[in-house]
Amino acid sequence: MPVYNARIIVTLRSSILDPEGTAIEHALHELTYTSCTNVRVGKYITMNVEAESEENAREILDQACRKLLANQVMEDYSYTLEETEREPA
Amino acid sequence: MKFGIVVFPGSNCDHDAYHVAKHVAGQEAVFLWHKTTDLEGVDAIILPGGFSYGDYLRAGAIARFSPIMKEVVRFAKAGGPVLGICNGFQILLESGLLPGALLRNESLNFVCKYVHIRVENTDSIFTRSLFRGQILRIPVAHGEGNYYADEETIQELEGNNLVVFRYSTDAGEITRACNPNGSVNNIAGITHPTLNVLGMMPHPERCAEDILGSSDGLGIFHSLIRWYRSSAAEAAKEEQCLET
Repeated sequence: MPVYNARIIVTLRSSILDPEGTAIEHALHELTYTSCTNVRVGKYITMNVEAESEENAREILDQACRKLLANQVMEDYSYTLEETEREPA
Repeated sequence: MKFGIVVFPGSNCDHDAYHVAKHVAGQEAVFLWHKTTDLEGVDAIILPGGFSYGDYLRAGAIARFSPIMKEVVRFAKAGGPVLGICNGFQILLESGLLPGALLRNESLNFVCKYVHIRVENTDSIFTRSLFRGQILRIPVAHGEGNYYADEETIQELEGNNLVVFRYSTDAGEITRACNPNGSVNNIAGITHPTLNVLGMMPHPERCAEDILGSSDGLGIFHSLIRWYRSSAAEAAKEEQCLET
């Protein structure tokens, strides 16, 4: 079965203030990088998913994100998938 | 009355809750390891404070999948009292027993100090021995206590009087300055429409004896005991009716 490498990003919803991002933005501006704005901090999770197809892998990932990896009251998630290896037949 | 205190790996207020239930309030108390599914016939459950699973991923996110939580949810849905304190409140939100989420404190600091909270709801099982408008002096100790929910949920909570405690001044005023974490509407604790689930960030188990500087937290334990006695008396009456 194909194995997909997933890179998942979980961030606070854009409607929610991100004080950590704001603090980092202030520090960047102190360093004169004033062109850097709208700094947001999130989590980065990687994993391998064994699935019959990419579509199947996406189903599994969506469920995992909704049930555990992101709390949708306050967070959004996104991910990219890449097939890494195929087990020998 | 028998209290059950759930112990997750990383709980650290479990012994305080046990001590208050057993030695201060004089009730029976047992620890319930998170892997068990046997609630041992307890009359009320406390999800204590601490850092269950090291707060990995999000505070409370992994604890809610502990085997005991299915039983806790079932117990709550059958009307049993469940009190979530601090990390216990975070677990209640993650498990969906209460709505909303707790964000990182607005200041980004871990806040550990005494605060004042105003009692807003005295219908809940946990606040019947208190009076509306009463001010409690009680400690908080958390990094993620900034209560958040979408506007619709906040309206529902406020409209149905489900906000149980609000951060206030010692005179009972609700101000921005006395809000330790940035919570919407100074919310410190909320209950469910069935009034048998309470989630709160402050620690009543840390202020239940005068020697500790405040015994204001004891009222919550006394309310539970009062509820238990009245429901036990009702059950006895019902039994008598059936017999005669």
